[in-house]
Amino acid sequence: MVDLNPINLWRRLLALPNESRTKTVAMAFLVSGICALMVSGATVLLRPIQTANRAAEQQARLEALVAGIPGMSTLLEQSGGSLGTVVIDLARGAAAVDVTPETLPGALDDTASWTGLEPSTDLAGLGSRPNYAQIYLLRDDSGDVSLAILPISGSGYNGPIDAILALEDDMTTIAGLAITEQSETPGLGARIEEPAWLSQFRGTKVSDASGDIRFAVARGMSGNEYEVDGITGATRTSNAITRMVRFWLGPQGYGPLIAAIQRGEF
Amino acid sequence: MARPALWSVLTDPLVRQNPVTLQILGICSALAVTTSVATALTMSAALTAVVVMGAGLISLIRHHIPSAIRLIIQIVIIASLVIVIDQVLQAFLPEISRKLSVFVSLITTNCLVLGRSESFARLNPPVPAMVDALGNGLGYSLVLIVIGSIRELFGAGSLLGYQILPTVDQGGWFTPLNLMLLAPSAFFLLGGLVWAVRSVLPAQVEAPEHTPPDSAGERT
Repeated sequence: MVDLNPINLWRRLLALPNESRTKTVAMAFLVSGICALMVSGATVLLRPIQTANRAAEQQARLEALVAGIPGMSTLLEQSGGSLGTVVIDLARGAAAVDVTPETLPGALDDTASWTGLEPSTDLAGLGSRPNYAQIYLLRDDSGDVSLAILPISGSGYNGPIDAILALEDDMTTIAGLAITEQSETPGLGARIEEPAWLSQFRGTKVSDASGDIRFAVARGMSGNEYEVDGITGATRTSNAITRMVRFWLGPQGYGPLIAAIQRGEF
Repeated sequence: MARPALWSVLTDPLVRQNPVTLQILGICSALAVTTSVATALTMSAALTAVVVMGAGLISLIRHHIPSAIRLIIQIVIIASLVIVIDQVLQAFLPEISRKLSVFVSLITTNCLVLGRSESFARLNPPVPAMVDALGNGLGYSLVLIVIGSIRELFGAGSLLGYQILPTVDQGGWFTPLNLMLLAPSAFFLLGGLVWAVRSVLPAQVEAPEHTPPDSAGERT
């Protein structure tokens, strides 16, 4: 008669010599099972708090970015004190038809809402980009776009970099840049978060009269109106910022949208 | 009898048997996260929590760890604890967690944690094991906080974010030493600290492993 009482089985297992094969395998499974439970438990329990933190952080950066642009607070008061939120279809450069800011996270869970990028066009090192993006537009009294706030992302030296880029009404002048997420080397690449460095983006041109994107983070001091100063010791991070801005303002990114706004269609 | 033994288990690793300055364990993170006192403090707290809990768990199951897979079991327990701590930090201290970035997950590979569980917790009952782990965690914290304070004070003129030395940028007189914010300065400081400790406690000086050859002239 086989004894199937679990307590007795457990006792027998513990009584086995440590070197026995059964006990080795059983201990390995037990320890990894318990650890897996612990890790997944913590992740599932804490995810809502982490998501809320990230959203709050994003909102705070956005507000700081808008508040840092000269004359913006008066503009905001005139337009009712808030920015208009639009979900746009990146490929068409127009407002998305059936996606709203509320349904956007759900839509982006679907792999069909993502477009794979060829290595030759994938400047920012993203691999694939979403088809929809949530942007913020500020309009003046006549209804024309006076400021566009565009979230951008790319891969940096140590990990992804997320940022928000604000463009003035001509869509070729940067009104400001804010970094929302980065994990670059502290003291070197992480200096992209410093207000002193970010402040030079204001007034920098991204493209010339012919529409070519000329923006770059310079090596050393900026040489023309399309460049900002580089960060010494952080060439890879500086290049990542250059490629990120170029990608997102290019044809794969917000290019169609910017063209539409410049034509006055938006 | 038991109390003085526990007491010395706790206090020995603070200076006399300090894991960083004597055993030169865990210096990788000591170099990386000490650019400011706040990150050094959080890192110390995270490491101390991991090493204490890990020692407790490993010591509880010490009689049933098959020796063939004992390192794997210890690392799995430590790694899971580290992930849990990392998630907690991301949830409740998002600012600091962003600054520490990958270094919290790298506690897994911190030689100090595995070193204590392999050499002490695996062989001792839970209470002394956890006390030993706490002592070592505190010893590590002490070094991190000392180096973090020096680096933040001279690298940015502040301590815990409060400006102590007014920097030139803010109209003061102090020009920050940017070297202090780079990893090499932590090497110099740590070396200096080891030297200082060993000057005070000569018992820690290691016997030289190689004796230099006698002067060249005697070879003939």
